[in-house]
Amino acid sequence: MNMSNRLSKRHAAERRLHFFGVLSVVTAVAMLVLLFSNIVIHGHSAFFHSEVKLHISFDSSVIDPSGARDRQTLKRADYQSLIRASLMDSFPEVRKRRDIRKLVKLISRGASFQLQRMVLKKPSLIGTTANVWVTSSDTVDMFQKGQFDFNATESNRGISSKEVSWIHKLQSDGALRKVFNWRFFSSGDSREPELAGVGGALVGSALTMLVTLLVAFPLGVMTAIYLQEFAPQNHWTDWVEVNINNLAAVPSIVFGLLGLAVFLSIMELPRSAPIVGGLTLALMTLPTIIITSRVAIGAVPPSLREAALAIGASPLQTVIHHVLPAAMPGILTGSIIGMARAVGETAPLLMIGMVAFIVDIPTSVDDPSTVLPVQIYIWADSPERGFAEKTSAAIMVLLLFLVFMNGLAIYLRKRLERRW
Amino acid sequence: MNLATIGAFALVLTSLGYFLGRRRAYSSVDGNLQKLHSLPPYHGLHVALRVALPSVALLVVWPLLSSHLISTMVTSSLPSEIRTQDPHKVEMILNDIRRINNGNTIAQGNNSTIKDAAEYQSMLEQTSDLWLIAVIIIISASTYLWHRKRFNPQLRARHTVEKTLRILLISCSTISIFVTIGIFLSLLFESINFFSLVPIGEFLFGLNWSPQMAIREDQVGSSGTFGSVPLIVGTLVITFIAMIIAVPIGLMSAIYMSEYSNRRLRSVIKPLLEVLAGIPTVVYGFFAALTIAPFLRRTGKLIELDIASESALAAGLVMGIMIIPFVSSLSDDVMNSVPQSLRNGALALGATRSEMILQVVVPAALPGIVGSVLLAVSRAIGETMIVVMAAGLAANLTVNPFESVTTMTVQMVTLLVGDQEFGSAKTLAAFALGLLLFVITLALNIVALRIVRKYREKYD
Repeated sequence: MNMSNRLSKRHAAERRLHFFGVLSVVTAVAMLVLLFSNIVIHGHSAFFHSEVKLHISFDSSVIDPSGARDRQTLKRADYQSLIRASLMDSFPEVRKRRDIRKLVKLISRGASFQLQRMVLKKPSLIGTTANVWVTSSDTVDMFQKGQFDFNATESNRGISSKEVSWIHKLQSDGALRKVFNWRFFSSGDSREPELAGVGGALVGSALTMLVTLLVAFPLGVMTAIYLQEFAPQNHWTDWVEVNINNLAAVPSIVFGLLGLAVFLSIMELPRSAPIVGGLTLALMTLPTIIITSRVAIGAVPPSLREAALAIGASPLQTVIHHVLPAAMPGILTGSIIGMARAVGETAPLLMIGMVAFIVDIPTSVDDPSTVLPVQIYIWADSPERGFAEKTSAAIMVLLLFLVFMNGLAIYLRKRLERRW
Repeated sequence: MNLATIGAFALVLTSLGYFLGRRRAYSSVDGNLQKLHSLPPYHGLHVALRVALPSVALLVVWPLLSSHLISTMVTSSLPSEIRTQDPHKVEMILNDIRRINNGNTIAQGNNSTIKDAAEYQSMLEQTSDLWLIAVIIIISASTYLWHRKRFNPQLRARHTVEKTLRILLISCSTISIFVTIGIFLSLLFESINFFSLVPIGEFLFGLNWSPQMAIREDQVGSSGTFGSVPLIVGTLVITFIAMIIAVPIGLMSAIYMSEYSNRRLRSVIKPLLEVLAGIPTVVYGFFAALTIAPFLRRTGKLIELDIASESALAAGLVMGIMIIPFVSSLSDDVMNSVPQSLRNGALALGATRSEMILQVVVPAALPGIVGSVLLAVSRAIGETMIVVMAAGLAANLTVNPFESVTTMTVQMVTLLVGDQEFGSAKTLAAFALGLLLFVITLALNIVALRIVRKYREKYD
């Protein structure tokens, strides 16, 4: 009796451990799913945005009173008043100044630039009337997406009943639609959520990564070749090896301090430029590339080297012609993984001042720019309601990019890896 | 004309050198390669390296020298009443001149002296670029001619090329080493500057952290206090919460993966968990600030508990999730390398699977597990974005997880984001914190790696 009692207790303990193991794995995976679904639920709506149909009359007395069609005049014309006039036509009952101002705010501030571009492209539009779909304001967009809590009092929910009634009227007139938000991928940052996009950040990230790749990859691979193939085995190289391993575990923010002290204050490179960010991230990625490259080079069997040396190749020829090509898949995989880490890195870039509000899309490595993770950080801090979904959408873009990079690494490993 | 164009031009010259050198080698022996000491490509590389190395050196050194020279010349061209102002003002005027040349017309565009100076400067810059190109061409041409004259089939081209490449390899690895030394030295120098303003004892043992510095000299309450103890405590509180999440989940997952699951399941679970470590930390920060913190606050209200919206708990929880794979993957590796004979022995003595795991495998793998936990701790201490976005800014000296605390990394970010003079105590304080962080994580890493390595030697 005693024996079987103890046995059942031991078996219960066995089941318990197994259960806890399963529970832990399930918890961890559930967290992953929760994280992803949370981002997708919040962010998917940002890929579509609302547009309002306006019946605009391109009044020549407003746009070009002199009739000279001078580009400067066309550029400076008051397009906002065209929008205002069109809205007042559609809403004849709104006459109070305050209400009109609110009404005009339903249309994005970018709409007048849209009209300006249309006129500059086709000056013959002046004097005609046309139906134009213009970007709506953030408020309309959020209302369309059901982001307002109508259980709250009117003053607390961020949208007044009047605005709601106007939007309902637009809806019933068929003057409201949702279209794919191309602007999100093409434009730079903006103070207005409906105009903000990740285009500038994507270009900035690409430029930064280009600098990182050009610096870290050759430097890392050459260091790995030297340490693995040519360096004598002594205390000095041991020390170097320990150092590189430790460097890989230094918190990324410390690399930001290094970048600040060396690149900005000693070398006086331009602030918040991709070249500084890229160099800083290159220093951070370097140890990863060195370590993985050394592992890959070390995994090439000695017989390959001996065969090359035996038929008269010099040591350098052996390495460049035989060892390096054989180790390349491993080196590439490691480098891509290191780069993927650098793409998502934010903290060191905050240290070197890459957090500025930058509207223009950068064109070269010394233009002020921002990168995707920093853009996410900036938007996450913005109080406007519309930025919450933009942030999640930008995260989706970033994650997609990382999935692509890691997928490439896995593909390369599966495709090119040889077992010796 | 910018440096990239000139660099591309130098690249063209280099490849031209390669082809000319190679052709010269071919033609000198009429295609009878056995008469050559080195193969023709080495002759090509021999010339190319000789063209490229001085060009690269020039491209690095020239801009540094010329920009200094140009700004001196521009300054001396300015009227004397501007020149004799204090150096800061002159520097500002030079900046304006630069901005005008970069196409920014708003910067004092109507001042004619400055406009003239701007024109003078852009003229000087163009001259300097032309000179640079000319020098590169002269060097390349003379190198080529010199090589042509010295060329003979017995030239040891391969030896020189290999020697140069080897020097290149050595200098590359030296640069990698300099990164470590550079980090340490830059942190150290700035920290020493900081400790000349704030005594080191106050920094290490002070209980108050409020890095407010005066903008004017005579301002009331001008001196900040830089006691790092609240920051260290805050960091430890958040790290501790993270470890409470990560260690049990990570360890149990590792046990499950290495001892219970089959090979196929493991090959799915392990990468899946590692995805957690691959997600950028800014994403976790957003998740913590927008989802977890409000959720905790609401839950706290239900049970009459006041949880701050920037509580240590939210940041710690999310950080714990991020750290899970650091514990699980390494522990799984270590447990996998425990010899099968130990398991078989335990099972043969009648132990159940769980007894075998808890009494044989885990103790045998313990050093490795401890190492993995230490690595995870060092990761948690240095983590920045989650705490910047989800933890607070106020330095409260408390261990209450429901209150808002701040960490070393958060303070480093807040001290440095925004504009201030580089030499101010605020900026330098960030470097002192960085040094502290560097030393702590380095010590943890060295210990962890040593433990793991020692353990590996035992069973491998």
